[in-house]
Amino acid sequence: MTCLIKGCNFVLKNIPHEAFAYQKDSDPEFRFQTNHPNIFPYLLVNIGSGVSIVKVETEDRFEWIGGSSIGGGTFWGLGALLTKTKKFDELLHLASKGQHRNVDMLVQDIYGGAHQTLGLGGSLIASSFGKSAMADREFSKEDMAKSLLHMISNDIGQLACLYARLHALDRVYFGGFFIRGHPVTMRTITYSINFFSKGEVQALFLRHEGYLGAIGAFLKGAEQDNPNQYSWGENYAGSSGLMSSSPELCPTQRARSGTFDLLEMDRLERPLVNLPLLLDPSSYVPDTVDLTDDAPARKYWLTCFEEALDGVVKRAVASQPGSADAAERAEKFRQKYWGKLQTLRHQPFAYGTLTVRSLLDTREHCLNEFNFPDPYSKVKQKENGVALKCFPRVIRCLDALGWEERQLALVKGLLAGNVFDWGAKAVSDVLESDPQFGFEEAKTKLQERPWLVDSYSKWLQRLKGPPHKCALIFADNSGVDVILGVFPFVRELLSRGTEVILACNSGPALNDVTYCESLIVAERIAAMDPVVHSALREERLLLTQTGSSSPCLDLSRLDKGLAVLVRERGADLVVIEGMGRAVHTNYHAALRCESLKLAVIKNSWLAERLGGRLFSVIFKYEVPAE
Amino acid sequence: FPWFGLDIGGTLVKLVYFEPKDITAEEEEEEVESLKSIRKYLTSNVAYGSTGIRDVHLELKNLTLCGRKGNLHFIRFPTHDMPAFIQMGRDKNFSSLHTVFCATGGGAYKFEKDFLTIGDLQLCKLDELDCLVKGILYIDSVGFNGRSQCYYFENPADAEKCQKLPFDLKNPYPLLLVNIGSGVSILAVYSKDNYKRVTGTSLGGGTFFGLCCLLTGCTTFEEALEMASRGDSTKVDKLVRDIYGGDYERFGLPGWAVASSFGNMMSKEKREAVSKEDLARATLITITNNIGSIARMCALNENINQVVFVGNFLRINTIAMRLLAYALDYWSKGQLKALFSEHEGYFGAVGALLELLKIP
Repeated sequence: MTCLIKGCNFVLKNIPHEAFAYQKDSDPEFRFQTNHPNIFPYLLVNIGSGVSIVKVETEDRFEWIGGSSIGGGTFWGLGALLTKTKKFDELLHLASKGQHRNVDMLVQDIYGGAHQTLGLGGSLIASSFGKSAMADREFSKEDMAKSLLHMISNDIGQLACLYARLHALDRVYFGGFFIRGHPVTMRTITYSINFFSKGEVQALFLRHEGYLGAIGAFLKGAEQDNPNQYSWGENYAGSSGLMSSSPELCPTQRARSGTFDLLEMDRLERPLVNLPLLLDPSSYVPDTVDLTDDAPARKYWLTCFEEALDGVVKRAVASQPGSADAAERAEKFRQKYWGKLQTLRHQPFAYGTLTVRSLLDTREHCLNEFNFPDPYSKVKQKENGVALKCFPRVIRCLDALGWEERQLALVKGLLAGNVFDWGAKAVSDVLESDPQFGFEEAKTKLQERPWLVDSYSKWLQRLKGPPHKCALIFADNSGVDVILGVFPFVRELLSRGTEVILACNSGPALNDVTYCESLIVAERIAAMDPVVHSALREERLLLTQTGSSSPCLDLSRLDKGLAVLVRERGADLVVIEGMGRAVHTNYHAALRCESLKLAVIKNSWLAERLGGRLFSVIFKYEVPAE
Repeated sequence: FPWFGLDIGGTLVKLVYFEPKDITAEEEEEEVESLKSIRKYLTSNVAYGSTGIRDVHLELKNLTLCGRKGNLHFIRFPTHDMPAFIQMGRDKNFSSLHTVFCATGGGAYKFEKDFLTIGDLQLCKLDELDCLVKGILYIDSVGFNGRSQCYYFENPADAEKCQKLPFDLKNPYPLLLVNIGSGVSILAVYSKDNYKRVTGTSLGGGTFFGLCCLLTGCTTFEEALEMASRGDSTKVDKLVRDIYGGDYERFGLPGWAVASSFGNMMSKEKREAVSKEDLARATLITITNNIGSIARMCALNENINQVVFVGNFLRINTIAMRLLAYALDYWSKGQLKALFSEHEGYFGAVGALLELLKIP
């Protein structure tokens, strides 16, 4: 039991889309829950052979409050006796095809028609197996299995509600191997909970329901290491997803017993926490678009990632010219990632809510698995070198401008820099074909004002006021972006008396700048520029890592060190640049301080969706409401 | 006259008939032929057709009802044979008596049309829970031929020492009423006129009987119970001790508690080793324990500590009654008391009769 609860707490805290509600006739059927910062108290109903009901109040305080002997073992045992079916999954398969009303006695069978004197609907089950005493006929296996499933699911739901009511809880998580993501079971349990609680209690299922005990046992064993001090992430490459398509679609997958469902978790080096500046952490959802919800968007992005795969494979091979097996590994990566994309085509909810972020992260995990931790490292080095050479000239030009002109030039510089994103096919096409394409060309290619989202005037007005105390900047790409776009902008803030925290990725992703790289870049720039030099020395310019290895940004899972700095320095401005961090995620994020979200849309489908065109500009300056 | 109360349930039809014993000579003269034949037919037989049964041992003698003295008879037959009953009504010309038939239970609605078109009889349909509550309160007040209607079990787990003792329901309210028919309804009764249906469950008597038929091939309720009395459910169920090797002390679960009903049946060898009697017993235990569990949780939620179990599932079903008594006492640590009633399944019909006579 202890292991079960430890495991449950663990997955609820560390896997963002672990829990979900199931609504059969909704589209999408799966509604994933973001983790509240506070998951306690909750009721856990673990359905194994039997049913255990546990009230969990804190990480260490939980109580077994009841149970039932009518559980998975009953379903399997009675099912085997009645239908002569030996395998659990086969029973579920039969159940999905059965008609329980042939076997059960419904209210309308007793009352005739749909009369509802007891306040009960006619199609409700009055007596399970109530018709099987009139044994003048044989009942089909499918019908009996369905009846059995209903009987047991309804009973469990009812008991769960009774306990929930007694303990004033409104969330019930279901764990254990009984459910296995099976739609009929989840539907019946959800229905049962809704019915018996009159909609007051919510039934939630766990993607990794069957692993809770094992995870808990692991945690207990690893207690010396204090695993809870770390943060963990789900590794999409190593994990098989939720197998929940109805058996009709993939009957063979259900029947296999040789392969295993897998869960792979990465232990992250440092603990991850919320950004203190989030307005409401409990309602923060990083992703802008839910692809499990938005079918056209889902189809577009899945295809987009499929089409980009060739390029990614080539890049991976090219990044390790000295390695003999690079081509072989890259090919394996291609198969693996392709497989994941196909899984997601058929089961969009396999890893929780499907988003552009999860597609990008899955790709990164797969690349890592086949030892391509940083396919763009050489590209980044080269581009950094080129950009650094241009840095002094760019600064001279900026310094020669009048104040107001310079502010616009700095912003345009940030935006133009952001164009240099190898992750975007439109850009990589250009960069591949025209090696001379540089910063100046990019600036001219920018959309004319007014931009697609344009609050520049408001920003300019703000700049005329007192300087910010401290700005937190989330950098995006290496090379031109960080060196010729971000650093001049940083330099200006420093000159005004604003401190700057520059936060970069902990691990590589596409051609995004990493924390380690930022240290080197800062040093090289400091050598060329006294403003940056003295700011570094006096700790007015601080470099830190975000805790992320993704092209996107989840503000609820940031490196603890960053959070501490933000509090210490009283950051009052947050700047997020790039499509991954400011558009695919955080576009609607609400902060407690001023924020700037900038990006150039490098995808024509997305641009059109937002009402613009390829290379449209997003410049979103927001001030929190009073 | 005639005074009938009818309760048409999912599996059984319950009929109560008031036989007047104080008929004066004049009345007898005027008595219509069909009425006399009904009276004679019902009171001189204990079995009707092939499936109707009169529970003679339940007959209430010398009852005063609406100023008349007589005996109250309790008759039952399967709902399946309802058409035959209606046909009989037609043959015996019931409609000429111009009497109202008060009926409750789902069947009152389901068969209303048939009664009218085939038997030319008008049914007065009554709410089954109203009748249930009325019926049980009335019967408890008149007692059982001088004895107590309500009883409980002392030492229910001990076969030797178990005793059925009368219980004086002098403070009946609040009461949790668990009616176990084909399905189960659970009511909280606060006063004569104030009750509510708390919940119900579809795992009831019909489930026990239905599953038993499927698993053992038995054909009557009596047969199912008889098999169950000879079976060993521990061969079929997986107990806590089968998993833990003993008690699960951390959560106070005794080794003999069932962890998974029918849990041993996941294994082919065990499936082949159990007998029909074992299966029947396990079915009975499973359904009974579940009802007890739900009843207990309802009692806790509603803050009631007296639970009365009625309904024909408990007819001649001492195993279930003792198990309910024991389980309720054990899991509530003595806080809840399980009570039973001699006239188990007939309260709905009695209530219907009372409604006919407009007895409040």
